[in-house]
Amino acid sequence: MARLDIENVSIAFPLYHGESRSLKKTVFSAASGRLGQDRKQRLVVEALRNISFSLRSGDRLGFIGSNGAGKTTLLRTMAGIYEPVCGAITIDGAVTALLDPGQGMNFEMTGRENIRLRGLFNGFNESQIKQLQADVAAFAGLDQFLELPVRTYSSGMVVRLGFAMATAVKPQILLMDEWILAGDAAFLDKARHRLETMVRGAEILVLSSHSADIIMQWCNRVIWMDNGQIRADGTPEEVLAAYLPPEQFATVKGAPIPAA
Amino acid sequence: MVEAPDPFGYRDAMNMIAPGKGNAGVEISHTAAPSKRPIVITGARGWQAQFANAVEDMRETAQLWRLAWTLSWLDIRLRYRGSLLGPFWLTLSTAVMIGAMGFLYARLFHTDLHVYLPFLSTSLVLWSALSGLTGDGCTCFTQSESMLRAMRMPLCLHAARVVIRNFLIFLHNTPVIIVVFWLMHTVPSLAALTMVPALMLWMADAFFVCLLLGVICARFRDIPPIIGSIIQIAFYVSPVIWSPAILAHRGIGTVLITWNPFFALLDIIRGPLLGGSFTPSSWGVALGYSAILIMVSMVIFSRARARVTYWV
Repeated sequence: MARLDIENVSIAFPLYHGESRSLKKTVFSAASGRLGQDRKQRLVVEALRNISFSLRSGDRLGFIGSNGAGKTTLLRTMAGIYEPVCGAITIDGAVTALLDPGQGMNFEMTGRENIRLRGLFNGFNESQIKQLQADVAAFAGLDQFLELPVRTYSSGMVVRLGFAMATAVKPQILLMDEWILAGDAAFLDKARHRLETMVRGAEILVLSSHSADIIMQWCNRVIWMDNGQIRADGTPEEVLAAYLPPEQFATVKGAPIPAA
Repeated sequence: MVEAPDPFGYRDAMNMIAPGKGNAGVEISHTAAPSKRPIVITGARGWQAQFANAVEDMRETAQLWRLAWTLSWLDIRLRYRGSLLGPFWLTLSTAVMIGAMGFLYARLFHTDLHVYLPFLSTSLVLWSALSGLTGDGCTCFTQSESMLRAMRMPLCLHAARVVIRNFLIFLHNTPVIIVVFWLMHTVPSLAALTMVPALMLWMADAFFVCLLLGVICARFRDIPPIIGSIIQIAFYVSPVIWSPAILAHRGIGTVLITWNPFFALLDIIRGPLLGGSFTPSSWGVALGYSAILIMVSMVIFSRARARVTYWV
């Protein structure tokens, strides 16, 4: 039984490296009105403010919201990468986060070495690592490129390797950013199938996307993020009806979704 | 695995998107081992909670030692990829430097080459380990930025990676010492057995220096050049290329030798290797400074651990 609880979480990024503090301040406050100052009067960007929700097995949550609303930051926080300034995150279950194509790969090392590192990170033994390498190699279809440094890959190949590595281990909780749905057509077909297997196996799915179609098809709960806060939380129909312009919502709703 | 309930029929919707026509190599064969207990990440405020988190971070690092080892080894392989001698360039360049400096400085200091060359080779190999370590320690977190942002990983792993990498470099340099000792007929004393605990002390210090410098340098970007300058000054004022015997009868010697942490650290390894006896005073100073270092490092690392990801 997987579980993911977010209680009253806030995230603030300190701005230390700006020489022209006042200029930055002006620009940012004009842009979003989300600049604050913490206890010690340091300039911070309040990326998330008092976020609370909880997920149980079977939940398929989608995040929508404009750029910079805090969707990706929230995904990173749920993956345990950013520790919150205040609040608590409880993660019960193995998490895989598909956040960016690079996935912490070392671009100087070869594809095979990167796969090996991923295996070691997951605590695999030698034979499991061998199996992982074979599995990723077969899926990514990179063949002899696996022996070359990742920096020589095309961006599509990096996505393929990143995707194959990230999806080679079956998680209980799956966090996905929408980059995962980009790629060339032939790969995309294969990727979708693999992703589905993974999504089906995962007990909890959290997906961030700008595409209302994908949200409608994959999610049973939607949270609308706005300025680092939860603007709305409910079923896809409810939230999308409020989020999308009416005519666009009608189009999405008209799309064939047999089960809904 | 528990079957998820499917109240909204998303599965049917899924199958509609892409009917799975048995693509080869598509099935996922690995299952992540579920963690035994839930992970709770809180915005820890109290120092006790922060200290407990720091200790937990170290425990997780210890479990991932194979990853730290592989990363360090790949770092070295990467640096010398495509070169003929590979990491043995380290050995060769150290040998050339010691050879060149040895003959020159033995003349300048009016010292017998048979005494000076073994002294210089141990000193320089140890010092290059020390300065390489402090330099790498400064960037241990900032260099791993992409890894820090990609997944949840114990932070100490990055410090351990720097320590192991520098230890491997050190091992590549040790043949130079062995060859010099053989050529110059230098015989270590029995006290050289204390080299084992001495190296362990070096490793512990190295780890905590990396944590301390890594955290500070992630926060204040002006620190790495300052550390570089300090180490360079320390190289000239500490008895590395000049023998401590030169200052034995001068007042300044007490400061530069007796209370110099760098001298104490060098002396606990170098002294017995060159045939000297066990020196409790150097051990006392080395252990004292190490204790202070570990305490300061633990306090700062515990306080800053959760913030490092925001700083890099």
